[in-house]
Amino acid sequence: MPLTFYKKPALFVYVTCGDPDLATTKEIVLAAIAAGADVIELGVPFSDPVADGPVIQRASERALRGGTSLAQVLTLAAEVRQHAQSTGLIIFSYLNPILRMGMEKFCKIARAAGVDGVLITDLPVEEAHDYLCAMHQHDLAPIFLAAPTSPDDRLKRIAAASQGFVYAVSRTGVTGTREQLASDAQKLVQRLRRVTKLPIAVGFGISNAAQFVEVGNFADAVVVGSAIVETIERNRGREAAAVAEFVRKLSAVSCQPSA
Amino acid sequence: MATASVNKPKMRAAERARVSAPAHQPGRFGIYGGRYVPETLMAALEELEREYEKAKRDKKFQRRLDELLRTYAGRPTPLTYAHRLTTEMGGARIYLKREDLLHTGAHKINNCLGQALLVERMGKRRVIAETGAGQHGVATATVCALFGFECVVYMGSEDMRRQELNVFRMRLLGAEVRAVDSGSRTLKDAINEAMRDWVTNVRTTHYLLGSVLGAHPYPTMVRDFHRVIGREARAQILKTEKKLPAAVIACVGGGSNAIGMFYEFIKDKNVQLIGVEAGGRSEALGDHAARFRGGSPGVLQGTFSYVLQDAAGQIANTHSVSAGLDYPSIGPEHAALRDAERAEYVPASDQEALEATTLLARTEGIIPALESAHAVAEAAKRAPKMKKSDVIIVNISGRGDKDIGILRENLKLD
Repeated sequence: MPLTFYKKPALFVYVTCGDPDLATTKEIVLAAIAAGADVIELGVPFSDPVADGPVIQRASERALRGGTSLAQVLTLAAEVRQHAQSTGLIIFSYLNPILRMGMEKFCKIARAAGVDGVLITDLPVEEAHDYLCAMHQHDLAPIFLAAPTSPDDRLKRIAAASQGFVYAVSRTGVTGTREQLASDAQKLVQRLRRVTKLPIAVGFGISNAAQFVEVGNFADAVVVGSAIVETIERNRGREAAAVAEFVRKLSAVSCQPSA
Repeated sequence: MATASVNKPKMRAAERARVSAPAHQPGRFGIYGGRYVPETLMAALEELEREYEKAKRDKKFQRRLDELLRTYAGRPTPLTYAHRLTTEMGGARIYLKREDLLHTGAHKINNCLGQALLVERMGKRRVIAETGAGQHGVATATVCALFGFECVVYMGSEDMRRQELNVFRMRLLGAEVRAVDSGSRTLKDAINEAMRDWVTNVRTTHYLLGSVLGAHPYPTMVRDFHRVIGREARAQILKTEKKLPAAVIACVGGGSNAIGMFYEFIKDKNVQLIGVEAGGRSEALGDHAARFRGGSPGVLQGTFSYVLQDAAGQIANTHSVSAGLDYPSIGPEHAALRDAERAEYVPASDQEALEATTLLARTEGIIPALESAHAVAEAAKRAPKMKKSDVIIVNISGRGDKDIGILRENLKLD
């Protein structure tokens, strides 16, 4: 059961696949797993990433210049799965590339590749009927975003539709690192706890060990995304080593099995 | 230990039905439309929808809007018989719906006044918008000045270059214009950036979207604010010609002026509805914005409609001589009208639009916006093949002053 979190908080690492190229992404992911990442979010680059800040926008542009496609990301997932049986693998995508491939075909290939769950940034629960049917049929976990602006009745629907965990967005805004975390995150996690027993991962804006510990105090898992992508951007030629170094620092503060 | 088994779905059938099959699907036009946005924006869209539904039924709201349209924007706009153009084409009688005569120079002000009244109702003070040609940006900056709202307009840097005059007008009206340098640096990229601003500042900010695009309720709400175009045109032509037109023609970027013109005629089955897309410089992907010629259904920026995209679902770049038509998707209601074969969509090329601009200028003394010139081009193709007793209405959605720079680059008049 790869979406079982043995550590508290569990560490989720996001990468934009194909930045700078797919072979390097594979090295980065395997290095991150070896350094202690519990779940890997494989980001599918999209031409119009409306929910992303400048760091992931730039990474997406680089990945698309190299021609990275959803089909290639799924092949990468299968390769990673061969090397890492106990790591959670999640596809993180915008809706259109998946629609273009076909929901059914996507779920089938993802399942065969050993993917555990899928998060679609621009697919709220209301529009998810076909998606949920296909996901259930292929034993994949649908994961939805919960936002600080979501009222309680929406949180209930989000939690009911999600499997594996709920992804809480730490604040209003796009992805990207922040100096300070808003109090929004903790309040949202508290509101979610009232409506679900699912583990809660918090993401958006967490970029260092101090923030990781802070969020880990109230969340089950912490997602580090833009800070990883920025590390890749800044360490041309030694991307995997640099990411491993960064992940080890984060992992060191969460290495105790939770009670 | 926080654990979760994902391999065995635990959701009961009843629960699944509740989360995944809502009682109604608001904002759908056939299979198109919907609401595909990050969760952070959902509450704001729901609030906007509620507020709009209330306002629609509120007589006071409607009275204020009508008054602003009349005393500020300059409605009703005339329906002009294009005598010399008709004679030159030698066929159907051509009428022009003169949205170019509205305050700010285009139909966009209809929607901006409506949304500004909603912003006031919702108690927000900050307004953001995207703009392509700059007409929607100017109209937004105008209503923000009128209502005292803070205003930020996102505009692709390529569009800022080619619509320089409108950038200055927006700044003169007190708006901040933010250049967008990503992607093709045009309308699509401006919308991306406006959505990022909205996702960040959603609690205090209203996104004054300028076309029948985006997530529900925008396509419905923006259409309703422009319905006045077709309502007036229908009454005017019945009064003048004592009959309905054989065809109404409008250009389609997102499609707001077109749906505003078409909507009142949908029930009149004998009236042909013709939308004109940007045919650009060639039929190759990337060289035009003719979504119905080269596109396929997909989701972009909140709505499911026809989209110009590649085999992997990445959105294609577009090209048009007119910034207002230079967009890879189209309003979802147009997709539904096209599937139902109620409306027909055809492209006009850059060259045809430039020629139509000159044609209208010389025969009628009217310089249309390059967007509207696409509709004129189609009318010029069709009219000669029609009976002299037939009537065509062409929507002149905006005036061409903003395009003088592009026209000078493209037309040799000496």
